[in-house]
Amino acid sequence: MYKLQHNELAVNKLACSRDDRLLFSGLSFSLQSGEMLLLEGSNGSGKTSLLRILCGFREADAGEITWNNQAHADSHFFEDMAYIGHADGVKKELTVLENLRFALALSKPGQYSIDQALAKVQLAGFDDNAVQTLSAGQKRRLSLARLLVTHNILWILDEPFTSLDKQGIELIETLMLTHVTQGGMVILTSHHDLSLSTRVLKRIHLDTFQVDTWQ
Amino acid sequence: MIAAFFAVIRRDLLLAFRRRAEMANPLFFFVLVVTLFPLAVGAQPHLLQEMAPGVIWVSALLAALLSLDGMFRSDFEDGSLEQMLLSSQPLAILVLGKIIAHWLVTGLPLLLAAPLLAMFLGLPEQAMGTLWLTLILATPLLSLIGAIGVALTVGLRRGGMILSLLVLPLYVPVLIFASSAVGRAAEGLPVSAQLNILLAMLLAAMVLVPLPTSIALKMSVN
Repeated sequence: MYKLQHNELAVNKLACSRDDRLLFSGLSFSLQSGEMLLLEGSNGSGKTSLLRILCGFREADAGEITWNNQAHADSHFFEDMAYIGHADGVKKELTVLENLRFALALSKPGQYSIDQALAKVQLAGFDDNAVQTLSAGQKRRLSLARLLVTHNILWILDEPFTSLDKQGIELIETLMLTHVTQGGMVILTSHHDLSLSTRVLKRIHLDTFQVDTWQ
Repeated sequence: MIAAFFAVIRRDLLLAFRRRAEMANPLFFFVLVVTLFPLAVGAQPHLLQEMAPGVIWVSALLAALLSLDGMFRSDFEDGSLEQMLLSSQPLAILVLGKIIAHWLVTGLPLLLAAPLLAMFLGLPEQAMGTLWLTLILATPLLSLIGAIGVALTVGLRRGGMILSLLVLPLYVPVLIFASSAVGRAAEGLPVSAQLNILLAMLLAAMVLVPLPTSIALKMSVN
C-alpha cells in the first residue's frame, strides 16, 4: 500500500493577537504521521488565524512551528502541505480539468491521476464543465480533488464541510481517513462533529488557550 | 519552473478569453478617448496633429491604469492567490507570468489600435514607426510598474484611488519619454535617446519588479 514516510509537526507556545485582542497564547501541540487534529472553539476564537499562521500567511506573535524538527520556514513544509480555505481557490471560468491541470503545474504530482481523483470525489464526467456551472458542494469536492492530484502530506482544511450534503461529508471523512492511514496528517476546523474514531483524532479547544496574560 | 511560468500565462490568457467583454474595456476606453478629442477641439487639423503624440499616450496610460486592478483582483477573491503563494514554485516567476499575460491581454491590443488612431489624428507618417516602438517598449513597462501598486492595494476594499496615486507618479517618466519621442519623430528629429531610456527602464523593471510584487502580495494576503 502507498505509504508516506514519518513526519512530525510541532507547535510550541504559539500566540496570536488581532487588533490588540489576544486570540490565544501558549498553544502547543504536536502532530505525527497518521494523526488528525480537529480545532474547536467559538466564533472568533482564532481557528482560522491559527491555520493561516501555519500556512505562513500570518505571523504569530510568539512561539515557533517546526516541521521534522526544523523551523517550518526553512524546511520542506510548504512543499508538503496543502491548504483549502474559505475560498475554494478554483477559477469559475475554467473547466474542472483546466483547474486541476493548473494546480498540478504549480506543484509536484501526487498519488492519483486527475481521472482517479475526480472519480474519488464523485465528479467523474464533469471534466469539461465550467466550474461556474457546478453547485457549491461540487466546487468544494473539486477543491478536494486538488489535494489528491498534488503531492502533500499535511492537509490544512478550514471548514471543509460547509455547503456539503450528508454524502459529501461522509466522502470527505473517508478521504481524510484514507490519507491519515497512509501516513498523512490533517488539521481541520469544523462546527460539524466528526464521526471518526478517537484513535486517530486529536482535539484542541482553542477557547481554553484564551488565557489573559496580563495577570 | 518554466512549465509553471507558461502554465500561468496560459491560464490567464484562457481566463481573458472567457471574459472577453470585460477585457475589451481598456481598448474601448482608449479608442473612445482618442476619438473624442477631435470632437472637443474642433476642426483644427494642425492643433490635433501637434497634440497627437500626447493625446495617444495619455489615453494609453489611462487605459492601462484602468486595466491594472484586474491583474490580481479575481485571484485574490477566489483564493487562487493563496494557492499560488503556497506553490512550491518561486512566486516571482508566477508573478512575472501574470504580468506578461496582463500585457498580452491589455497592452497588445493598444499596440494594434494605435496606428489607426494616430492616422485619425493626423500624426505624420514618419512618426508612426516611433509611436509603435514607444508602445512596444512602454506598455509592458506600464504593466510591470502597475503590478507593484496592485499587489500593495489588492487587499484593500477601496484600493482604486490609492492605486492611482501610487502608480501615476511612476508612470510620469514613461509618459514624458514616450510622448517626447513621438513628438520629436513627428518633427523629424532623432529619438534614439528617448528610446534607449525606455528600453533601459523596461529591462530594469523586468528584473526589479517581480520580487517586490511577490512580497507585496504576501503582505496583502495576510
